[in-house]
Amino acid sequence: MEKRVTFKGWLLPMLLLAPQLIVSGVFFFYPAGEAVWQSLFIPDPFGLSMQYVGLGNFEYLFNDPYYRASFVTTAVFSTLVTLVSMIPALFLAVLADRLVKGAGTYRTLLIWPYAVAPAVAGVLWLFMFNTRIGVVAFYLNQMGYDWNHVLNEHEAMGLVVVASAWGRISYNFLFYFAALQAVPKSVIEAAAIDGARFWRRFFTIVLPLLSPTTFFLLVVNIVYAFFETFGVIHTITSGGPQQATTILVYKVYADGFVGQDLGSSAAQSVVLLVVVGFLTVLQFKFVEKRVHY
Amino acid sequence: MKNFALGAALASASLIAPFTANAATEIQFWHAFTGRLGELVDQQVKDFNASQDQYEVVATNKGNYSETLNAGIAAFRAGEQPDILMVFEVGTATMMAAKGAIKPVYQVMEDAGVDFNPDDYIGAVKGYYTTTDGKMLSLPFNSSTPVLWVNRDMLDEAGVAKDAPLTTWEDVGKVLDQLKASGVDCPMTTAWQSWIQLENLSAYHNVPFASQENGFAGLDAKLEFNGPVQVKHIQTLGDWAKKGEFIYKGRRNEGGADFRAGTCALFTESSAGYAGIKSEAKFNFEVHPLPYWGDVDGAPQNTIIGGASLWVMSGKDDSHYKGVAEFLSYLSSPEVQAKWHQDTGYLPITKAAADLTREQGFYDANPGTDVAVKQMTANAPTENSKGIRLGNFDQIRGIIDEELEAVWAGDKTAQDALDNAVERGNQLLRRFEQANR
Repeated sequence: MEKRVTFKGWLLPMLLLAPQLIVSGVFFFYPAGEAVWQSLFIPDPFGLSMQYVGLGNFEYLFNDPYYRASFVTTAVFSTLVTLVSMIPALFLAVLADRLVKGAGTYRTLLIWPYAVAPAVAGVLWLFMFNTRIGVVAFYLNQMGYDWNHVLNEHEAMGLVVVASAWGRISYNFLFYFAALQAVPKSVIEAAAIDGARFWRRFFTIVLPLLSPTTFFLLVVNIVYAFFETFGVIHTITSGGPQQATTILVYKVYADGFVGQDLGSSAAQSVVLLVVVGFLTVLQFKFVEKRVHY
Repeated sequence: MKNFALGAALASASLIAPFTANAATEIQFWHAFTGRLGELVDQQVKDFNASQDQYEVVATNKGNYSETLNAGIAAFRAGEQPDILMVFEVGTATMMAAKGAIKPVYQVMEDAGVDFNPDDYIGAVKGYYTTTDGKMLSLPFNSSTPVLWVNRDMLDEAGVAKDAPLTTWEDVGKVLDQLKASGVDCPMTTAWQSWIQLENLSAYHNVPFASQENGFAGLDAKLEFNGPVQVKHIQTLGDWAKKGEFIYKGRRNEGGADFRAGTCALFTESSAGYAGIKSEAKFNFEVHPLPYWGDVDGAPQNTIIGGASLWVMSGKDDSHYKGVAEFLSYLSSPEVQAKWHQDTGYLPITKAAADLTREQGFYDANPGTDVAVKQMTANAPTENSKGIRLGNFDQIRGIIDEELEAVWAGDKTAQDALDNAVERGNQLLRRFEQANR
């Protein structure tokens, strides 16, 4: 059944592969290798001298309780962002899928937030919840709730999660919506004739059929929560209060670019690389088995 | 044919134009000012360029203080550093340790034969940027010091007597009680908590912030800001926070917006907050010296500065350094400094600029603008009050922010929080020591 194309020589296949290989080499393998190399040193910021410390940077990191706590913060943060961005997206997609009239408008409006850059989204949410001029903070205050994410760790975490997840809901919505359109109507109709109600049909037929999409989004959203939420955290909390919202990637930035501690920053990048690599392998090995293609 | 002649003329003109411009040596100056401050710097540069035709200074904004320092470091690593880089006071130790990357200002001036005397600068400013043997490494540019800003209208409404003192923190406590009792939501807030409530507090009470003369005498300094004076102060603020008398607004100067909007009555903030407060505040405001604890011997000593200085980068052609020296000398002239001081609220960093401002009658016309100057120059700086020079200091401030937030939230006592901050900060100091051995 499968079609296999065979090449006669080496030249053409290498030539065809070259663009991808060069891009990966220049933008991934070279910098990653450089990070691994740098993580073995404590350099001064100007690159005038370097002290070889072996695994000293890693030892320093893992002896730091605040670094270890940052793993927990990152786990909580990325789990919440993934859930908060995927569940409402699926819900909205199911609703949009059932619409007969005006589906186009509804869809377009739902996709809009994705066009907002994370840093801008951060500022938008910050303004809404600003303790002095924020609209939401004002109404919460009217209701007798004293909103203060500047000092309250849980409120700060909630705010960065919502601000990070908001734009992602659109992205996830798009994928779910497309996937729902691809669910064969005949299967659903057959189930309906058998007497299955909407939610029953949803959980036993639609959801399993969506599992490839769910799996894809799970991987993509976790990677997003790990690496691309920097702008949101930087604009809203800068990692505070205390260290409540200091996720791993923010610490890489803070130590490397604010603190000029490039050795520690490089070591953290290496750790991050390993963690995300491990997570991805784990997902493909275990979660993917439950996916029906 | 006519068109061709015109075209040829234009072409040759455009060829000549860059050539004549190249006759002047280009001096790159990277700074961290935007908005009004950026305009004022551009004006200074323009005036300098117009005053002579040998050098052309090109000023470029590179983001905020941290970003500018980063841009300078990245450029140096790529061999494309500017001639002059603005670095905030917190980055001083980083720059000083980078011996191969900078050319000390005293040397630049000496080589160029430009007259330059560090003693022209007021003590607390000079001390921050000179070595222990009195050699100035970078040129002080914008310096400010914290003061107490007061919304007089709010105090009047709360029934606080006009002559109720705000000299000591004990006095402030009484006023805060009165404000709170009359229903004020935000009796007091602060900007830059580490700089004002710990670094300046230590200097002002003549107690060490760190050993080795606050880091001036060696890289092996250890943090010491968990002493009784600091603990008492932070604990008091923590108690006030619990009572709703001290309201925490954020790590930077977020509280400024609240004060200018008239919602906070007292506000500890840089003297350079003047420009913003003056233009936005729709109420009567006053400037008071920073309060101190009346029961501490030797208080008030003097406060220390914040702000930035100009560092000359190494690896440039000698002809550049001559121009750099001329430009720096121009910037520190009394006229330029006096205007800068009056426009921005930053301190007049030379004695001549302070005298000139007084002669021009600025202090009489704008009461309170000399509070910061007096507070800084009241006493000759001691080991504890000439400044702070610690590696990784930006990060240490981050740690202090985190620990203080734990106090304001009521999660930790002042003693626990400061002990913890000292321990965590010391680790960073040891790393800096190792990187710069």
